[in-house]
Amino acid sequence: MISTPPLRYLKTPFEAEIERQFTTAVSVELSHDQILSVRLLRTEALRDLCKFLFWDAACSFGGLIVEEEPAEWHLQYLFLRPGAGWITVTLRAPLQNPVLPSITPAVHAADWYEREAEDLFGLQFEEHPRLGDFILHDQVWQEGIAPMRRAFNPLQSHFERRPNAEWRPTLVVKDPGAFAMPVGPVYEGGLGESVHFLLETVGEDVIRAVPRLFYKYRAVEKIAEGKSVSDGLLLAERFAAKSAFAHSLAYCQAIERAAQIDVPVRAKQLRVSLAELERLRHHAGTIQAICQSTALSVSEAHAAIIEEQLLRASCQFSGHRYLFGLNTPGGLRRDFEAPACLMLLDAVDEAVRHLGELEQRLRLTSSFLDRLEDAGVVSAQAARDLDLVGPIGRASGLANDLRRPCPYTGYESYSFEISSEPDGDGFARLRVLFFEAQQSAALIQQAIKALQPGAVCAPESHVSPGSAMGWAEAPIGATVHWLRLDENGRIERYRILSPSFRNWLGLHVAVEDFAFQDFPIILATFGLSAAECDR
Amino acid sequence: MAFWFWRGLRKGIRSTRYPYAPELAPGISPGRPLDTLFATPEEAAIAAVNCPVDAITAIGGHAHVDLKKCVYCERCHFGAPNPLQWDDGFEWTQAPSPSRYKPLPNEFARSLHVMVVDAGDCGACLNEIRQLNNPLYNMHGLGIFFTATPRIADVLMVVGPVSENMRGALVKTYEAMPGPKRVMAVGTCALTGGVFGRSFMSAGGVHAVLPVDLDVPGDPPPPLAVLHGLLVVTGRKAAIQ
Repeated sequence: MISTPPLRYLKTPFEAEIERQFTTAVSVELSHDQILSVRLLRTEALRDLCKFLFWDAACSFGGLIVEEEPAEWHLQYLFLRPGAGWITVTLRAPLQNPVLPSITPAVHAADWYEREAEDLFGLQFEEHPRLGDFILHDQVWQEGIAPMRRAFNPLQSHFERRPNAEWRPTLVVKDPGAFAMPVGPVYEGGLGESVHFLLETVGEDVIRAVPRLFYKYRAVEKIAEGKSVSDGLLLAERFAAKSAFAHSLAYCQAIERAAQIDVPVRAKQLRVSLAELERLRHHAGTIQAICQSTALSVSEAHAAIIEEQLLRASCQFSGHRYLFGLNTPGGLRRDFEAPACLMLLDAVDEAVRHLGELEQRLRLTSSFLDRLEDAGVVSAQAARDLDLVGPIGRASGLANDLRRPCPYTGYESYSFEISSEPDGDGFARLRVLFFEAQQSAALIQQAIKALQPGAVCAPESHVSPGSAMGWAEAPIGATVHWLRLDENGRIERYRILSPSFRNWLGLHVAVEDFAFQDFPIILATFGLSAAECDR
Repeated sequence: MAFWFWRGLRKGIRSTRYPYAPELAPGISPGRPLDTLFATPEEAAIAAVNCPVDAITAIGGHAHVDLKKCVYCERCHFGAPNPLQWDDGFEWTQAPSPSRYKPLPNEFARSLHVMVVDAGDCGACLNEIRQLNNPLYNMHGLGIFFTATPRIADVLMVVGPVSENMRGALVKTYEAMPGPKRVMAVGTCALTGGVFGRSFMSAGGVHAVLPVDLDVPGDPPPPLAVLHGLLVVTGRKAAIQ
């Protein structure tokens, strides 16, 4: 028997199309917070539905949210439809021996999300190409531990561990003379973040490079459980401090959407300027790292000075060099006086002027350009396939800036351009960084000049139990923070969908068959954060 | 491309004069909360209750701050009903056991090699340490260098709360270093675990894993606070009590 969902609102052609294609398998409804929810009634249809959304409807993949409920598993696959907002595909499965089809064969971007769910929840995904040994490294942890399960107590530090001493990485290249060169997790004098790379090589040319992450996994999502909303904010802000403001903004917006708090206009304007200040500083730092990787010392020194001046300006303006302690659900913790705002404008002006000069000189330096051009190419097809986010996606021609399709904190009222470069090589990524830094400065100008008087924080209001979702375009790309709060207003489940997690998965496309000396350069142009990925 | 050369020359020397002269540029340090005497015990008690990481204890009207726990949430500072006193400096390095602490011999004073290990850092401490290579700080001028191998390292700088997956690599790095060697724990996470605390994945600081000689508190400690720590290691500056 076919049951039709109750008609509560007029369905859009898109929703009608989903129902037409997957008649008995889904029920479509708009949830309370304007997120289109597609409930899956038959598990088998999952992969086809995700394939339809990702490829036919050109949605981008947002991530996978797994929840363990008392009697069943609750899985949410998040998609973003350009120009129309978020879609969740929800699936319920019995707690014992659930049968879950993997969507990775259809949506490659889901690969790591499913591996993560397998490692942390013990879920098995049928037909996934490669499960096991991911977050819980097999040299340290035995199989069968599922730390994200409810029964697991995160504070037990000494339980019996039987690490697998026999563990060896899987090598793929079998050519005669092929060998694997391990790099990390401690490398570059420790000034690089802890990541391990296995470079499979036959001498000078590296055939493939596989990053092994999660050395820094601190189980942020697990230890957040049971914390109050304001304590959770500390974690959101500090798990990846180079984008601290963007992540705390996404977190606060989740709470604000759930509690229906109206953030005052002044707070929104200040949030835009602070978020863009962070982006500007982050991009200056990434540019510095790129200059350093090509050993062009003078440019490196100039970029480093710009970054440090922006750090100092951030500190002088807000009291903290990495913008900690500013966001709070409802707005900002403090207001800023007019002289401080003028000081910030001056500092930003100067930084952007110096960045412009630096870009001009770099474009005239052929030895520098030779190292970047055609280095680590990510084709438009590959970028779409893995649904890369942030500047890396935009350097391969994707239009994926969350500030446009689903604006937050008032971005719809500013005029700015989204960069788009078709080439997908290291130089394209550098151009995107320079362009975005300029746009950020323009946004800060607009926001500060339009500052309206008034409060910077809405009065406290009651946080209702239920789920909440907030998002922001962090410097590295789109981030989504998702929470479920219990009836006491405490965090029951916290999920961070971070941009680095997505883009680390895409790194292997850029590091295929390249000369060994290009490796640091490709890595620097990606500018990824291990802390943000590992959580 | 001779313009790089001329450009570099024209910029002139931008490096700080620290430690030979005080560095007073604005924004070099977020400062730190100080022990504060309030008019009433109630005010001190409120400050202690509002601290989310229990870094403040109220004894009478005194609010005592444990900087090793402070995560710079700024809730006792900006916008607080009764803010704590705030210090603008950056010289915070402490020896966890002052009686047993000895600086490295004089031979290291102008040639110190530092190995950094990221044991679960959020990226801020690491970025602040990286800034020491910045011309504005110019650590090389003081004879201090980062090294890529533990075999020639004199100081091990650890950031992050020591995640379980990094514990093995950290211990191996320490064991590979020749003596005499010193261990510096940099940042609140490395001292007490910070917001990550102690869990199945976090050791709750370097103290649980290695013998630590010097503590550099701060979340993150600004570059000059780390530099002060490095000067304390060689006895060129004194640790605070």
